[in-house]
Amino acid sequence: MKVLQKTPTGIRGLDEITAGGLPMGRPTLICGAAGSGKTLFSMEFLVHGAKKYNEPGVFVAFEEKSEELAINVASLGYDLNQLQEDKLIKLDHVHIVRSEIEETGEYNLDGLFIRLGYAIDSLGAKRVVLDTIESLFSGLTNQAILRAELRRLFEWLKEKKVTAIITGERGAETLTRQGLEEYVSDCVILLDHRVENKISTRILRIVKYRGSVHGTNEYPFLIDEEGISVLPVTSLRLDHQVSSLRVSSGIPALDKMLGGEGFFKGGSILVSGTAGTGKTSIAGSFINEACKNGKRCIYFAFEESPQQIVRNMHSINVNLQEHLDNGLLQFSASRPTLNGLEMHLLSITKMVDKFKPDIIVLDPITNLITVGTASEVKSLLTRLIDYLQAAQITVMFTALAYNDNKTEQTDEGISSLVDAWLLVRDIELNGERNRGLYVMKSRGMKHSNQVREFVISDEGLKLVEVFLGPEGVLTGSARETQLLLEKTSVALRDHAVTRKDREIERKRLVLESKISSLKEEFESLQDELNKSYIEDDLKKNIMEDNRRQMTQKRDE
Amino acid sequence: MEEIEQEELWELRLYVAGKTARSVTALTNLKRYCEEHLKGKYVIEVIDLLVHPQLAEGDQILAIPTLVKKVPEPIRKIIGDLSNEEKVLVGLNIRPAAKFE
Repeated sequence: MKVLQKTPTGIRGLDEITAGGLPMGRPTLICGAAGSGKTLFSMEFLVHGAKKYNEPGVFVAFEEKSEELAINVASLGYDLNQLQEDKLIKLDHVHIVRSEIEETGEYNLDGLFIRLGYAIDSLGAKRVVLDTIESLFSGLTNQAILRAELRRLFEWLKEKKVTAIITGERGAETLTRQGLEEYVSDCVILLDHRVENKISTRILRIVKYRGSVHGTNEYPFLIDEEGISVLPVTSLRLDHQVSSLRVSSGIPALDKMLGGEGFFKGGSILVSGTAGTGKTSIAGSFINEACKNGKRCIYFAFEESPQQIVRNMHSINVNLQEHLDNGLLQFSASRPTLNGLEMHLLSITKMVDKFKPDIIVLDPITNLITVGTASEVKSLLTRLIDYLQAAQITVMFTALAYNDNKTEQTDEGISSLVDAWLLVRDIELNGERNRGLYVMKSRGMKHSNQVREFVISDEGLKLVEVFLGPEGVLTGSARETQLLLEKTSVALRDHAVTRKDREIERKRLVLESKISSLKEEFESLQDELNKSYIEDDLKKNIMEDNRRQMTQKRDE
Repeated sequence: MEEIEQEELWELRLYVAGKTARSVTALTNLKRYCEEHLKGKYVIEVIDLLVHPQLAEGDQILAIPTLVKKVPEPIRKIIGDLSNEEKVLVGLNIRPAAKFE
């Protein structure tokens, strides 16, 4: 069985969508409106071919001059002149001046064939680009000949076994103005450039790819200083590797709430809350902890500048500057309106690819909604989470809930996507606001269902157990007051207890002294009694003696 | 007289690809027009691109056959088998287009 062989384009993302690249040895049509990136696209195909895959290529330019082309792509770091000297690329500018040409009688385009054939053979080219061949139609008038010759040209390219890209300007009703799609039927790629809400997005779609599976979606793509990148981030399957390693949140008490160890590595965490509830601080200490453990982090800030974040974090004893200095932390700050959503996603993935972080923070994702609708933001985050999970990168999003009523609502609808959701909430009581932190969900681990009071102090973030009194949850100074009250009552009770003890002791002493005095009294009484007994005995004895003596005397 | 001849020398190049019927027709036609209108004032160079493919780029040759007139200025290219005499003569500036009614 012979399967269609493919030629990799080397364009980031495109080879994934096409499952390997363009059909090898066949022509591919790339169509799109003016400025949709056709020329750049095909030029990248050639340059990557020459540089990465050792496949020389011929670029036949019908519109731009060779020198202009070289200058245009120089901004992407491609030195066409050098590549031409190295015999890896040949630029051929086919120039047709209508006014110079007179047509008389039958002709064919053998001249073009010979030129192209010569260029291909002199380089041993495997790749050919014809940009934009439709220019022939404006230069030559005999349509019948042109069409027949184009058909012959594409057949001839196949015979030459070169992988060709033919570009075509998009027509009103058809993919290309001259209906080139009729001739090139193996692979058709459509490029589009849309502007919605004043923000432009480039879109790529594979209209047709004969003999191959391919992604059929519209894929956004980006042209920047590194050329074209297509975003194939919508992963169709959910088969990421998972890790049971844990990542500390940087707040010991929060780790305790999360089964004692923190978040899962490669998980996604959403921190949502109303304004000023300390979402950025949570993110900051998360990053700080990670960097301290030698992990690499990127902080994508959509609201504050890096300097601002570093300064603000300093006030809660989180020193991010240190991590910036030793290269573990990277900031990327941009206004959401700078780019379309897709551009944001792309720039995030690009930075991630380059920096290879363990953890990234997006702060806040809520601002992205200014450049897209809620569903677009959700789709973006879905793809981002997919991408990051595949790369085993832990991500923390912060999201602003606009008012208290909405706090429970799923922010941007992504709470179902994330693995852990922390909610920071204002608790207003006694004329003061305090922060309460809940773990709304945390997949795959035992987590606390308790509300904790979240305290931001000079030393950092702390979670304090809230006081559950008869009046409900107490936080802040109410909690403090309650604690004081409790302390007082304890002291009072202690005091009372000791007084009673002393009283008893005193009573005992009194009683004991009473007992001893009674004893003494009894003894003296006994003595008294004994004394009278003895006296009585003595008296009796004496009286008896006397009586005896008396009797004796009488008897005498 | 000589000066004029110097000025009025037609340098003509006919690009062909092999000896096809069409290129033979073109060359025959060209020779006939030149003999009729430019006798002694022309040079015809036939370039076979199958032999010299590298020459196609220089004169921006796409179609075969192509007749290129470099001198006298302006440069003109006449493509096809040159079967339409009027067009060829206009293209070669032998007969100005304005003269035709």
